[in-house]
Amino acid sequence: MHGEGSIPLVLTLVLAPFFLGVINRTKAIVGGRTGQPLLQVYFDLFKLLGKGAVYSRTTTWVFRAGPIVGLAAVLLVATLVPFGPFRALVSFDGDLILLAYLLGLGRMSTVLAALDTGSPFEGMGASREVMFSALAEPALLLGLAALARATHVLSLTEMHRLLDASGWANEGLAISLVAVALVVVFLAENSRIPVDDPNTHLELTMVHEVMVLDHGGPDFAYILYGAALKLWILGSLVTGLVVPAGTTVAVVELGVALASMLGLAILVGLIESSMARLRMIRVPQLLVGAVALSSLALVLEFGGL
Amino acid sequence: MLFAEAAGPHYFVNLTLVLIMLINLALLGSSRLSVCVRLSAAQGILLSVLPLEMPEHDFWSVFVVAAIILLLKGFVFPALLVRTLRTAQVRDEVVPIVSYAASLVVGVAVLCLGFWISSRLTLPHPATSPLVLPLALSTTLVGLFLIVSRKTALMQVIGYLVLENGIYIFGLSLVQDEPFLVEMGILLDIFVAVFVMGIAIFHINREFDHIDVGQLTSLKD
Amino acid sequence: MLGPALILIPFVSGLLAFWLRADGPRRTLLVATAIAHAGLTLAAWVRYSEHLPGTVPTPGRAWVAIDSTGLLFLTTVSMLFLCCAIYSVGYLKREKHREHVDYEEHLFFSNEPEAVFTGCLLLFLASMTLVCASQHFGLLWVGIEATTLASAPLIYFHRQHRSLEATWKYLLICSVGIALALLGNFLLAVAASNGTKPIAGMVVSELVQNAARLHAPWLKAAFIFLLVGYGTKMGLAPMHTWLPDAHSESPSVVSALLSGALLNCAFVGILRAHQVCVAAGVADFSQELLRGFGLVSMAIAAVFILGQVDFKRMLAYSSVEHMGILALGVGLGGAGAFGAGLHAINHSLSKACLFLVAGNILAAYETKAVKDISGLRRLLPLSGILWLMGFLAITGSPPFGTFLSEFTILKAALDGQHPLVAVYYLAVLAIVFIGMANIVLPMTQGKPRESVARLCPRDSLWATLPPAALCLGVLVAGMYLPPTLSEMLHEVAATMGGK
Repeated sequence: MHGEGSIPLVLTLVLAPFFLGVINRTKAIVGGRTGQPLLQVYFDLFKLLGKGAVYSRTTTWVFRAGPIVGLAAVLLVATLVPFGPFRALVSFDGDLILLAYLLGLGRMSTVLAALDTGSPFEGMGASREVMFSALAEPALLLGLAALARATHVLSLTEMHRLLDASGWANEGLAISLVAVALVVVFLAENSRIPVDDPNTHLELTMVHEVMVLDHGGPDFAYILYGAALKLWILGSLVTGLVVPAGTTVAVVELGVALASMLGLAILVGLIESSMARLRMIRVPQLLVGAVALSSLALVLEFGGL
Repeated sequence: MLFAEAAGPHYFVNLTLVLIMLINLALLGSSRLSVCVRLSAAQGILLSVLPLEMPEHDFWSVFVVAAIILLLKGFVFPALLVRTLRTAQVRDEVVPIVSYAASLVVGVAVLCLGFWISSRLTLPHPATSPLVLPLALSTTLVGLFLIVSRKTALMQVIGYLVLENGIYIFGLSLVQDEPFLVEMGILLDIFVAVFVMGIAIFHINREFDHIDVGQLTSLKD
Repeated sequence: MLGPALILIPFVSGLLAFWLRADGPRRTLLVATAIAHAGLTLAAWVRYSEHLPGTVPTPGRAWVAIDSTGLLFLTTVSMLFLCCAIYSVGYLKREKHREHVDYEEHLFFSNEPEAVFTGCLLLFLASMTLVCASQHFGLLWVGIEATTLASAPLIYFHRQHRSLEATWKYLLICSVGIALALLGNFLLAVAASNGTKPIAGMVVSELVQNAARLHAPWLKAAFIFLLVGYGTKMGLAPMHTWLPDAHSESPSVVSALLSGALLNCAFVGILRAHQVCVAAGVADFSQELLRGFGLVSMAIAAVFILGQVDFKRMLAYSSVEHMGILALGVGLGGAGAFGAGLHAINHSLSKACLFLVAGNILAAYETKAVKDISGLRRLLPLSGILWLMGFLAITGSPPFGTFLSEFTILKAALDGQHPLVAVYYLAVLAIVFIGMANIVLPMTQGKPRESVARLCPRDSLWATLPPAALCLGVLVAGMYLPPTLSEMLHEVAATMGGK
């Protein structure tokens, strides 16, 4: 445990909904609208927390536990990820595997809750979610493995620290491959376009959204907040990789990190405004492509680049 | 350049080889013939850069070889293929037997296989870059896989070109003193091969109204 | 300068043939080139015999030179081409005036322009000569790939969909195979290099001289790729899949050349690689591989010959079988290498004879289905006899040359402590004999069907003289082996680690 470790956690907890707000705002502006206020997600969260929840009589405790376990898992993940000049709250050898499996745990709880409702739509969404994440997970793990091989450390914090400008110069090829793969994972895990459209209103084409249709009130707030956290965490993994930690001045580095997160949010907004969701059958191809890139990076690292 | 020096002597060779491998993956994953033709052109252009990056060769012959490879693999072959695509007026489809996602998985498997095989071989003299042998092998295997897993005749020709490219990576990087004349002879042969295959595809399309070789099944025992 | 002249003359006249418009001069050019080629080959023999015995200078560093192996195969190519050129004059005349209706589906089709056919035929000869005469592995590769490209249009002479399918398969499978052989070439170059400088160039004699210094593991890898690559072209199973299609769908004169000359040329590529392996002391490895491919090819061919319904496909599978025998012979070493050399000649002559006769049968009966053919002896007496003789020759019956060569290979198997191989070999030969007899004998016996008998053209001199000459050749080879030839075969065998 480190004192500075609480800073990334706090930043994540506070800024994650804002990140989502930036994406929405970018889309609105590109679409020629004024759009919601930047802080709309916070307002939504407060509103939902103040409401009651309605539970179907066919559901069991699994349905109620789903959002809470999901949020808890993502909160734990938040303690593992460094940000800018700051170490993560918890870091040890192999924490990157814990990261992948905590994400998996959160997903499992959401999926179980969706299946518990017995609704065909939610089952369908669950099956798609599981299939896509089954393909995204190897991409994430192999990519992290490649980075671990490149830096010879097994902890996210150490890895983040070692990936400075000289790391880029030596391992640039592999790192850029991993970065591309992680962007795809980032988009897929967070149900963004081109894998899934968060704004769709048609249950048949939904992936993530359809799974949480039956949740309401505080439960939905947990889910929404969890999703925002996940978006921020994976986003910070990507930016931490692409933007090397180079300077020694902590303030500058923090500024760079925050600015790159803002840039990523705008980039996602632009991607979502400029392209449509892929056809469902093309999505696995995209994800397998990401796996291929990660494996290429890993193989290159082992091949003695 | 400073950046490259910091990155070691093989930086550009490695970059070229990795880009060639990325094109292989893209070929495995794309469903449009026209895209595949363009990708193969890009691969040809990248391949022509390789001899220039190899040290210890006579500059002028290397330069001429590179120029001819660039001309043939980067422009002439793709132009021939595009012409075939246009005159045959076929649908712009690859028609895979193995799905694109599975093909990508095969691509990765083949890549690992390439590294595994080359880890077990010791070169009598060190290669320009440790990536040469594995990527040459995997490009060759990707070419073979494209030939057997795509039903469109044109795609098989592209697969043949990829196969040939893989073998070329091997030759360009590991073989010293390949006589210029032989090199030219090989390129001439490949040129004629692509040309004749193009004509054959034209006839296949005229005769069958498609270029799906999966339907060429009248000869068997 | 014999080598370059042998290559250039057919090459130039091939280009000329594309350009000549009138049929008469073009056909004359074809035959004249074939005669000139045969004459030059004869001159090469004269020069060769002057150096005998045993004092033939090594070809040195020259890329194009005719050594004993090259001359042996060059002779078969040249003889076959002469016969096929004469045969094709009659064939082309016949094709000109025939109604072009497909035998199987009764659809109309057109022929390739005769100029293209003749031109490609001559270019095919040029490329095969290049294969036989090249001493440089790179050049050899260029030659073998060129044979594929020059012969692909020949298979597509009848412009209908089955021949097109065969052409595509041939083109693609062989090109891929030969591409693998290119990788083999590169591997060989790696085996022959040491640190910064190459130990030896890619010239056969140079490699053989410096064989002891070659890097053995890479040489083995090179041999595998060369064997698989050129083996595809040679029709060794399981890479033979293009062969039955191409041989059955092409005009018979082309089938004869493909089977008798082209497959041998691919074999030359394998022999060159084997020669280097023998000199480098890894003969055990290469012989084992050759034996393996040989045995598999023989077995697969035998299976497909049994109950074959199409007589041209039967001949094609028989080629697979005989290529297997050649590989086995070289793989056995000892007397086997000698037997394989002799067998290559015998097989070329008898198979070409059979294919040419098959062309006559096809023209008369207008079908390739065995069940629809009977009474060959009555309808076409000369062709009927040649068909029977050819059958006896190809199955290795005495007194034909094939008997001698097949027996030599059997002896090598027994001498080399491979009794199981010997038993297997005899069993496959017996099966093939039964299978082919079941097909050939009913074709020759009985009465021809009325409809056929009325329309059928008689045997013409153009169509019977060439196969008769070939058949005579096998017969003579079985009774008398000229000492020069025998000397040369021994020399070839010596380079293959045999005697």
